[in-house]
Parts: sequence; structure tokens; C-alpha cells
Amino acid sequence: MSRNHSMLTAGEMTRRAALQRTLLGAGGLMLGGALAPQARAQAKAAKAKAVIQIWMWGGPCHLDTFDPKPEAGNDFTGPLTKPIETNVSGIRICELLPLLAKQADKYSILRSMTHGINGHETASYMVQTGHKPGDGTVYPGVGAVVSLFKGYAGGYKGLIPPYLVMTKLQGRFAEAGFLGSRAKPFATGGDPSQTPFLVEGVVAEGITDKRQHSRRELLHSLNTLGQMAPDDPQVLEAARSEQAAYDLILGDAGKVFDLSSEKDTLRDAYGRTRFGQSCLMARRLVERGVPYVTINYEGWDTHKGHFQEMRRKLPELDKGMATLLRDLSDRGLLDSTIVWWGGEFGRTPRVQWDPPWNGGRNHFGKVFSHVVAGGGFKGGHVVGETNATGEDVKSRPVYVTDLITSMYDLLGIDCNAKLPHPQGLDVCVMKPETGVAGSNKLTEIM
Amino acid sequence: MKTSLLLGMLAAMAVGAAAEPESAPRAAAQNPYETALAPQGRTAIDRLVLAKLEKLGIQPAPLCSDAVFVRRAFLDTIGTLPTGKEALAFIKDEAPNKRETLIDALLKRPEFTDYWTMRWDEALRVKAEFPINLWPNAVQAYHRWIFTALRDGMPYDRFARELLTANGSNFRVGPVNFYRAVQDKSPDGIAHAVAQTFLGERSEKWPKAKLAGVAAFFSQLDYKATGEWKEEIVYYDPGKVTNGLAKAAAFPDGTPAQIAPDTDPRKVFADWLITDKNPWFARVAVNRVWAWLMGRGIIHEPDDLRADNPPCNPELLAYLQKELIAAKWDLRHIYRLILTSDVYQLSSIARTRSAAAEANFASYPLRRLEAEVLIDALNQITGTAEKYVSAIPEPFTFIPDDQRAIQLGDGSISSSFLEMFGRPARDTGLWSERVNKTTPDQTLHMLNSSHIQRKLEQSPKFQTLMRNATAPREVIGGLYLMILSRLPTAPELQAIASYAQTEAPAAGVAAKGGKPGKGDKAGKSGKSSGSKYRESGKGREAALDIAWALINSQEFLYRH
Repeated sequence: MSRNHSMLTAGEMTRRAALQRTLLGAGGLMLGGALAPQARAQAKAAKAKAVIQIWMWGGPCHLDTFDPKPEAGNDFTGPLTKPIETNVSGIRICELLPLLAKQADKYSILRSMTHGINGHETASYMVQTGHKPGDGTVYPGVGAVVSLFKGYAGGYKGLIPPYLVMTKLQGRFAEAGFLGSRAKPFATGGDPSQTPFLVEGVVAEGITDKRQHSRRELLHSLNTLGQMAPDDPQVLEAARSEQAAYDLILGDAGKVFDLSSEKDTLRDAYGRTRFGQSCLMARRLVERGVPYVTINYEGWDTHKGHFQEMRRKLPELDKGMATLLRDLSDRGLLDSTIVWWGGEFGRTPRVQWDPPWNGGRNHFGKVFSHVVAGGGFKGGHVVGETNATGEDVKSRPVYVTDLITSMYDLLGIDCNAKLPHPQGLDVCVMKPETGVAGSNKLTEIM
Repeated sequence: MKTSLLLGMLAAMAVGAAAEPESAPRAAAQNPYETALAPQGRTAIDRLVLAKLEKLGIQPAPLCSDAVFVRRAFLDTIGTLPTGKEALAFIKDEAPNKRETLIDALLKRPEFTDYWTMRWDEALRVKAEFPINLWPNAVQAYHRWIFTALRDGMPYDRFARELLTANGSNFRVGPVNFYRAVQDKSPDGIAHAVAQTFLGERSEKWPKAKLAGVAAFFSQLDYKATGEWKEEIVYYDPGKVTNGLAKAAAFPDGTPAQIAPDTDPRKVFADWLITDKNPWFARVAVNRVWAWLMGRGIIHEPDDLRADNPPCNPELLAYLQKELIAAKWDLRHIYRLILTSDVYQLSSIARTRSAAAEANFASYPLRRLEAEVLIDALNQITGTAEKYVSAIPEPFTFIPDDQRAIQLGDGSISSSFLEMFGRPARDTGLWSERVNKTTPDQTLHMLNSSHIQRKLEQSPKFQTLMRNATAPREVIGGLYLMILSRLPTAPELQAIASYAQTEAPAAGVAAKGGKPGKGDKAGKSGKSSGSKYRESGKGREAALDIAWALINSQEFLYRH
């Protein structure tokens, strides 16, 4: 279990709690078929069609990735003292990210992200939703919102669910918030670096298509109740659901998960790791129109043995993410796809050398870096600045709301659009004032 | 048994089944779901419902078969599937009043308390983590209190009064957590929760003055921390006079309250609430029980009572109210009244499809099993277990290996299966939080996931069944009883025989199925391998495919 495991106390939850409920929507917007009633109004010219979110689960260290501080001394740098130049003059990143250094013209680094929260749960909720907890409402995450507006209500017609997570759910907070189970992401399970990639429910091991067909026939012949009540609405719903399921199991749509059709050289370039192949998978999915793909990348909560972990994990990140950016760009997909990299917070710039940490870094919500690319975000820029040790934001603080509202802008999602609330409460996508502070969209890179 | 012999026997079964005399419990009737009997006006509930249907010109469905009844009664009363043995014993029982006997027995089973507690845990938002934040050991105290009250038959009026008037530590006095299990602890927020829980009303639809009047009863409620981490005392604080709020207290019917000095206003409210003259209190309670058993309330949704959402059958509601009061607020009595009525025993195959037929209970509505009941049923059938995790595993949470989902006290302890199948988050306690809608990802999971496939393949129950069976039809009959609580029909046996004969051997599973099963080892022990059905090879694959088909049938997945 992680340290600093701060749960919201009762006091924190109620301090801001005020009845924001209005009498609007007396009938209550039911979740049913009425998801995203506003979505069609989103005719704004959107630059971005899709988002690939690389969620750095646990909180990556900003100093050891995109905001190196080589002059700060050993207590801050540890052994990583030689940042490297990128293909954009003046931007340096960690020495363990040489491939990303060659792609720096494609992405921008937000070095002055801040929210001040050091607990995983609260910080994750904040970064994933853009809302500070405590006003009595559990908001949906960005993925649920984007897939609501850009999914089926926004014209997406694919069989692959519009919000897909590789490979497992975060589970800390319901990603769908008050939107409920219908807005939850589909988690693939399995491991895309294995052959076959056993996408839970879609690809089953050891069951041939032929046996799938014959089992389906058996199911139909034994479905006696369904046959006797064929006009029951529940039976009809089950039949529709079964059809959709088999379209994925046996139809062409499910072939997106078969990575064997990709060239070996490209697969090698991504790295034959769970993360690398997840990146390749993400490209294939947005290529087929899936509007939101999250890669939950585990293992960044490095309290102990931090630098050994960085030597192991950063090259894996480097390969996967750099190849993703290049591949998206080569295929002309980067202009319409936002790649969003970041975790719930950064890590303490001052290294904890003493036991039991032995060179570890703790949670740090005061300063952290995120990276954005594509979909209308300019590359080759740095937004904001931190001080010499990476412990303070020096200029242009970027709040989570700034980042999320910017993404919504590029996606053509109106922050004032209403979200369907199960009790009919009047809730819009993003109220800027609910954020930590102000809202300054990232106009410098849009 | 050799594979070829087994397949031959499976194929021969259809013929055999057709030739069996009627009396042998080999194949059920062609329509295994219904009797030929129409519902009678046997009980008061029946007379009230049938009169309404007659007035509307709606034909009710006939009474369900014994096999349907035993399954339905188990699922609705104790949230648990009958075992194959229990189902068969009931089907074979010839006592004329066996349905009533079964209901009485089920109402005494420990699982009845488990399942009922789960319902209340939802309505009362029993959850350790965000956004309710009770914290694990407060959840235990709260859950335990609810469980004990229901198990011991605490009258419903006392149940409500204790929840509303308790003082003390969240770790030690369970019911004080009622005041902590809200997202908004202001007097308005508390009033909202009280209205929803005990009046079945949504305060956001109230006029402001009404909300203020009720909120005032909770204005002297306070919370304070202790030296123990996360412990909190919930108490009446006479010194807390916020803007003279308590003086403004008015009951939901508009009557101003007289509150003597140094009297906890919550007690004044609770005493008003639980009198038998208060029309809301009993109505909400019986309507909830009706909705739990019948899938929808007489007023629907059961937490959305208001003038413009009238009951579909006011006389029925009034009757149940009267019964609850006469029974000294014993909700089990209401359970029994409903469960032993003909209306409860109607077939799920509707004779009339219309909104009015549905709202007036002309047939038993098909409903997908709740997430918790479904996974428990799958575990029971296969003899496997499920892993549950808490987002805050420390410091007081122990989850045993054989944990049943309906017994999970804490809404923050979950699994991806429960989430996928629409377990309520317990954030609001509303009826609508539970979503029993079937979605493609659920169907994918049931049809084709490694999770479900593993349960089938590794099932010790199936292995035992196959090892002990002397003929394939015992395996088939056993699977039907375990999974569907009934025996197969002749057309089903025919379909199975033809599947075993033509499909399974060709399915490219021979290599995989070639793994030696335990049956092979038993064969080495010297017994003649021809005398017993053995689980191995293609016969085993065919049996697993049948089990797979049955758990994916609507008959299994839906209450019916």
C-alpha cells in the first residue's frame, strides 16, 4: 500500500458542500436512451477526433522525465545528471528518453502543472475529471465525457466500444461518475504483447470460429424461454446484445485486436512490451474511429529504488510513446488525435536517500509535468516554468481545468453543454470555477 | 467411457427420452414454465390486482410451474439459486400447500437476512469510500446494525426511529452512520436523505419552505472527532442554535412543530414520522417491499412519490399499509402476503404486452439477475469463488475466499464483474442506481471471457457430476437442475443429442480436450471404465458446451 494514503475526511467533503440542486428537469433526465442529448448541437469545427491518454499510474517524476534539473545537485537529480537535447533547440529532457528527444517537435511539455494534492485517490479524481471533490457530485472522467459526445451520439458507428481501456480499469473511482455503468469504459484485459491478445470476451483461447458458430447454434436451440416469449422487451434486448457481441467475436471489427497483421519492424519499434504494444493497439483503434483510448500504464509510484525503476521503465516508455507519435504522424493521424501523457501528480524533487526508501521519491502534487501532442496542440513548445529544483512553479501555473477545457475545445465539446444527470440535476461538462483556480486555456499552443 | 460410446449414448438419448413413460422425471413438459391454472381471487392481493386487470380488460398470465416457482421464490426471497437437489425435491413434492411451505422456510433462512440487508445497505448508502466516506470500521458497525435489526425482526417503526435519533461513535453505534452516509451533511442535505429514505420523496422537487421546515429538525445535529483516527461522534448539541433554525421546524405536511427546550428535535420528527396516522411512512415501506419482489413499485419508482406520480392501484397500496400497521410493523408479514399470493405466481410469459399490463402486474416481469446474485449463482453452480477487493484494504477489511457477493456489506468492496453488471455505487441510495440492463460487454463477458470459461472448465462440481454419473442423461439432467432448476424437455434433449453427435467432435478441440481428466485416473484404479460415465475428451467438452449454453440462456440470466 502506498504511503500518504490520504482519504477525504468528512470535513473536506462537506466544507464546500452546498445545495447546488435546482428544480430544473423535474422529470429527471433518465440515463436510458437520453445519453448526450446535447451532443448533436456540437457542430463546432473540431480539430481533434480522438484522444489517446497515456495514464502514468502512480505519478511519474517530472525531474526524471520532461523537466530535468541537472544543476540542482545530487540530492535532486540522483544519478540522472545528463539531460539530452531534443530536436527543438532549447528543450532538454531526461537522458533515458532519447527517442522522444527526436520527436519533441510533435509535442508540448506542460511543466507547471499544479494542484497541491498528494493522495492518489483525490489527485486521480482531480486529474481525470477536472473537478475538485467535495461538492456532492461524482463527475465522470474525461474519457466518459469525450466518448459521450464523440461516441454513438456524435456519429461514431463502430462496434468497438467508444471508450476503451488497456488493459485494466483504474478502479479507484468509477470512471463514469454519475453517468453510470453505461458510460463505463471497456477494459480489454489480456496483454497485447502476447499472441493472441486475449481481449476479455472478444478473443477466447482455444475456441475456433467454427466452434463459436456451433456453440451459438446450441445456445439458440436451448434458449427455450426466449423462444416462448420472443416479444418480451428483455428478450429483445438480450438478443440485440448477443448480436452485437457476436459481431465482435466473429465479425471483422474484432480483427483490430489482431496485431499480427502489423509489420514486425514496426512492432519491434514500439517495443514488445505490454505498454509498447498497447500504444500500437491505440493507434489501430483511433485509426478505426474509436474516440477515446486510455492506456493505464502501471508502476510509476516509485517510493523505493526509484532510479533502478527509471532505468528499467523509461526506455520502455520512450520506445512506445516515441513510436506512437511518429507512427500517428506518418499516417496523418496526429493532426486529429490528441496524445495526452501524465499521471495524478509528480514526485518529490528531493530524493529520499535514507532507508527504507534508499533513493526513492514521494508524492508531489505541487508541481508536475504533463505532455500533449496532436489534435490541434502545437508541438515543440514548453508551457510554464519551474524553479531551479523543480519544487515550485515559477511562471504560468497550469491547472488541470486549463488542460481539460483546452482539450474539450479542440474536440469541439462545449464546456457549457449539459451532462445527463440521473436525478435531473443541472450539471454542465466543465464549470471553470469548479477548478483549483481560474481557467486559462493553453492558447499558447493551440 | 470411451468417447465414441458416450457420443453414441448422447445421440440415442433423444429416442430414449421420447420412449420414456410420462411418470419418469426424465424430461419436463414442452412448456416447462406454466400450469394451465388461471389466477384466482384467493388472497386480498389477488382480488385487488385481478379486479383492476379486469377493469382494464387485460388478461393475466396463468400460474407458473413448480419449477419456475421454486427458482423464483429462492431468487426473490434469499437472492440465492436453489441447488439441483432443492429444486428436484420441491418439484417432486406432492403436498398441496408446498408453495406456502417453501415461502415460510425461505423467510427463515439466513440468506433472507443477507439479501434483505443488501437492499437496505443500498438504500442507506453503506459504503466506506468516496463520495460517502464512512470508513471501513464505521461501515462494519452500520452494516452489522442493519443486519442484526433485520435478522431479529426489529419492527420497522423502531428501525426508522433508531436510525433517526441515535447518538454516539460511528465505530460503536451503527445507526449514527445514517447521518454520515450522505454527500451533504448540512441540515438541507440530511433532510434530503430523510425524505428519500422514509418518505420516498425527492426534496429537490419540494418547495423551498418545506425543505427548510424539515431541515430545521436536523439543525442541532453535530459531529466531532475523537483521538482515534477517523472516529467521529454524531450527537445532538443543544448548544448549537444556528439562526434559531430549530424553532422554524415544520413537518412535511406543513404543521409547525412544537419543540420543548432541551429536546432533541430529531426525536420530535421521528415520533411524528412513525405514527400509524402518518400516511407516508407505511406506504413507502410496503411499496419498497413490493418493488423488491415484483420488479416495480405500486408507485414507481419507489423513491419518487409525488402527487403527479400516483399509485397504479391505490386500494392495493392501502391494503398493504393497513396490514403492516396491523402486524405491528413487521415487514416479513408483507413479504409473506406478497409471496403467497397468486399474483406473485403468475407466469412470466405475458398474455398482453402493454404499459398498462406491466404497471398492473398482469405477468411476472422478466428481470436480469442483479450483479451480486448472478455471480453468486455462477459460483454456486460451478463450485468456484470470486475475488473481491477494497480500494482501501486497510486496516479493518478481511475478505474471505468464499465471500458471497450478496453478503458484501461495503459498497466500496467490489470486482470488475460487479461493476460491469451494474451494481449500484451507493452514492445516492436511489432505486435507479442499480442498472439491470443487458449490454453487449456483459454478453461478451458471459459468452466468451476467460473468467467465465475458467469457471466452467475448472468447476469441481461439474467434475464430480461427470465422475459419478452412470449415463450421459444424468449429466444433462444434473446440469439442468443445477443451472435452470428444472429437467430438460424432450426437444432440448434432442437438440443436445444432435449437438453431441455432429458438432463437438468437429470443433477442433480434440487436442485441447485430450488433457487427461481425473476420470482417467479413477479408471486406473481397477474399476471397469465402461460402467461409469467418465469426464474426459470430447464428451467432457460437449457437457461443458451445454453448461455454457445454459448459463447464457435468458432462462438463467433473468428472473422469470
